[in-house]
Amino acid sequence: MLSYTLRRLLGAIPTLFLIITIAFFIMRLTPGGPFDRERPIPPEIEKNLLAAYDLDKPLLVQYFKYMGDILQGDFGPSFKIHDFSVAELIAINLPASIKLGGYALVLAVLIGIPLGSIAALRQNSWIDYTVMGVAMTGIAVPNFVIAPILTLVLGVYLGLLPVGTWGGGSLRNLVLPTIALALPQIAFIARLMRGSMVEVLRSNYIRTARAKGLTERIVLSRHAVKAALLPVVSYLGPAAAGLMTGSVVIETIFGIPGIGRYFVSSALNRDYTLVMGVVITYGAAVILFNLLVDLVYGFLDPKVRYD
Amino acid sequence: MNKAFARLRTAALAVAVVLATAAVAHAETVLHRGNAAEPGTLDPHKASGTWENNILGDLFLGLTTEAADGSIIPGAAESWTVSDDGKTYTFKLRDGLKWSDGEPVTAEDFVFSIHRILDPAFKAEYAWILYVIENAEEYNTAKETDVNKIGARAVDARTLEVKLKAPAPYFIAQLTHYTAYPVPKHSIEKLGDDWLKAGNMVSNGAYTLAEWVPNDHIKVVKNANFYDAANVKIDTVYFYPTEDQDAALQRFRAGELDTQDDFASESIDLLRKELPNETRISPYLGIYYYVLNIAKNEAFKDLRVREALSMAVNREAITDQVLKTGELPAYSFVPPGTVNYGGPSYISWKDMPYGERVEKAKALLTEAGYGPDKPLKFQLRYNTSINHEKIAIAVQSMWKAIGVQADLFNSETAVHYNDLEAGNFDVARAAWIADYNDAQTFLGLLETRAGPQNYGRYSNPKFDDFMAKASLDADLTTRGKLMADAEAIAMADQPVIPIYYYVSKDLVSTKVAGWVDNVFNIHRTRWMTVNR
Repeated sequence: MLSYTLRRLLGAIPTLFLIITIAFFIMRLTPGGPFDRERPIPPEIEKNLLAAYDLDKPLLVQYFKYMGDILQGDFGPSFKIHDFSVAELIAINLPASIKLGGYALVLAVLIGIPLGSIAALRQNSWIDYTVMGVAMTGIAVPNFVIAPILTLVLGVYLGLLPVGTWGGGSLRNLVLPTIALALPQIAFIARLMRGSMVEVLRSNYIRTARAKGLTERIVLSRHAVKAALLPVVSYLGPAAAGLMTGSVVIETIFGIPGIGRYFVSSALNRDYTLVMGVVITYGAAVILFNLLVDLVYGFLDPKVRYD
Repeated sequence: MNKAFARLRTAALAVAVVLATAAVAHAETVLHRGNAAEPGTLDPHKASGTWENNILGDLFLGLTTEAADGSIIPGAAESWTVSDDGKTYTFKLRDGLKWSDGEPVTAEDFVFSIHRILDPAFKAEYAWILYVIENAEEYNTAKETDVNKIGARAVDARTLEVKLKAPAPYFIAQLTHYTAYPVPKHSIEKLGDDWLKAGNMVSNGAYTLAEWVPNDHIKVVKNANFYDAANVKIDTVYFYPTEDQDAALQRFRAGELDTQDDFASESIDLLRKELPNETRISPYLGIYYYVLNIAKNEAFKDLRVREALSMAVNREAITDQVLKTGELPAYSFVPPGTVNYGGPSYISWKDMPYGERVEKAKALLTEAGYGPDKPLKFQLRYNTSINHEKIAIAVQSMWKAIGVQADLFNSETAVHYNDLEAGNFDVARAAWIADYNDAQTFLGLLETRAGPQNYGRYSNPKFDDFMAKASLDADLTTRGKLMADAEAIAMADQPVIPIYYYVSKDLVSTKVAGWVDNVFNIHRTRWMTVNR
């Protein structure tokens, strides 16, 4: 297991390298630059600005300089938020995204998996239809519709919970964004769980277990759930990476100081260094979670062995 | 009663007293301001946006400053004199002016600040506002290397002398802009770039920076060393970057924001119904217009075509039915409300009824050689935004009625303005918000020497001539008349299609007093109070 993990981690390096390179060139080749504004800057000043950030040098030169800087841990200054470097911005804002994403993930798993299992166990009953109906709604309705409705009802009309801001991460401020973020995930996970559970329950080894006279509880807990979890776990890998690195919509609506917003704002602002910073963060998160997912597979599925 | 009970009673009393005192001691006034966007920086010499201005104006105090109603009043300078030729200003700083760390604010700080923002190595985007100062432009563009040639010097600790290139009556108004704010020489020399960090930042305004969590909030607290601290009633201000206007509206309704800068036009019906006392709409010195690319598009070189296009736009329909938030139809380039101005000079057919204008427009196009077999076709571009799109669609259909085919194209703001400066457009949406209350800030865009900022490259030597004469005139009245004459020429040439004058849209809780609507939409917290 250990050598497998190490091999995967080493293999991640060229992957990240490729991601960074592609992102770098796509960003630079897009029209528009970081200093284009509604109110144009006199050309001499713009020239000074471009030179100060090395933006007037040939693209390849800039690329190698950037790669060199990254290897030394310098992600550069942000072109838009001048008083902070990219590393500082990500360091300050990533914890909020991770916290919110983490809570949403836990909530989604805690609710989605049991819901899906119950639906599978009571297949084609009214419980099944209700759960799947609600799940479909959760998947179909976008979160930028659910979130404002939640804030309107619970925040504005009933005044029970704060409508926006982070409040330093206090629990009260976390409730609404966590629910809004978790709802679509609950829906997906419930559906996945139900589908895979239905299949597992039909399989031969479950029939054998039941024939052996094991109680339903043991059949489910020791055999069925573990097998049924496999597709859910595969889904959770990239889902976790996405949740932890922030949802643009939720963070904007609730005013959460995470890095989700940076994905969109830095691209629109042509803030090259910040774009690269968040791309690298997201890429690393995806690679990491996919590795974790594969390791969890090793625990869940006896047919999977790593050496 | 027994001893235990007596002791308990005393203890309870003591706790109650302590809590009461604590409650009184901690009763501080807090204001929560929704502030449009995240500041790019809190360095006044690097800033460039209105949302940065809102915070910087609370942190720093320039030579002059804005009163609650936006009028110019003495700030760090208690008085000033102007020489007869209008080129030398001598400022007397207030006695006992201090930085938040107790160090005195001196004329040297102002000289240091002017040198700093004009330093070409400093990369200040907005340095050009100070080009009115002698040798400022030369130093900033590295044509002059001796920093002491810049026309600013400290006569003594309390006296600052500034020499201008040419008389500029709007100079006093310009000094309220953050480019002219002083920065603490002693702090910058000691800490370098770290002087900006919360906890380090030393400022001379009503507040100091306590905390900055990017994308979350900026917290400023009352500056005990501010010269007028006794009259500053609010102790703490939180600024939140509220880019999503709908989300900000929710927060305002829930009472989490006391003020909010700007709301979406679509919300106006809801606001008029639910929050009529909190909705503040007021004229704002800005112009929204379409610019015609005279340099690159042959069709637009014909005045008849330009006039026809401008006539066919029903501005009243746009302001009253599309926007509905009180914007005013524009028939001039300089908005009314601009001070010391002999205009605005309006387009000649301003009062012609719309139906008649449409007929006239059709006739002009036929005269120019366009008709059903040779329709006028071009691209109308705008930067991506709901309101710009709505207006473009409306104008497109107005032009269709006179036989003109306009294709719509939108791009992000950065790309849009990039292309405009490069001249890659036919007709494009543009806007200009005044940097200071003077017609020159608008008319300067139509001068030949404006270069890339004169997107359509309109060039009329008579216009340039009037503007040049105006720039040398120290008398406000004759200068205003000269500029009005220049505008009249431009409005006769119709190189741009003015559409509406801006209004500022804010939400202000009824608990807040001291927020006075003004044409700059500048509201310094030092004039406000909150009653919870």
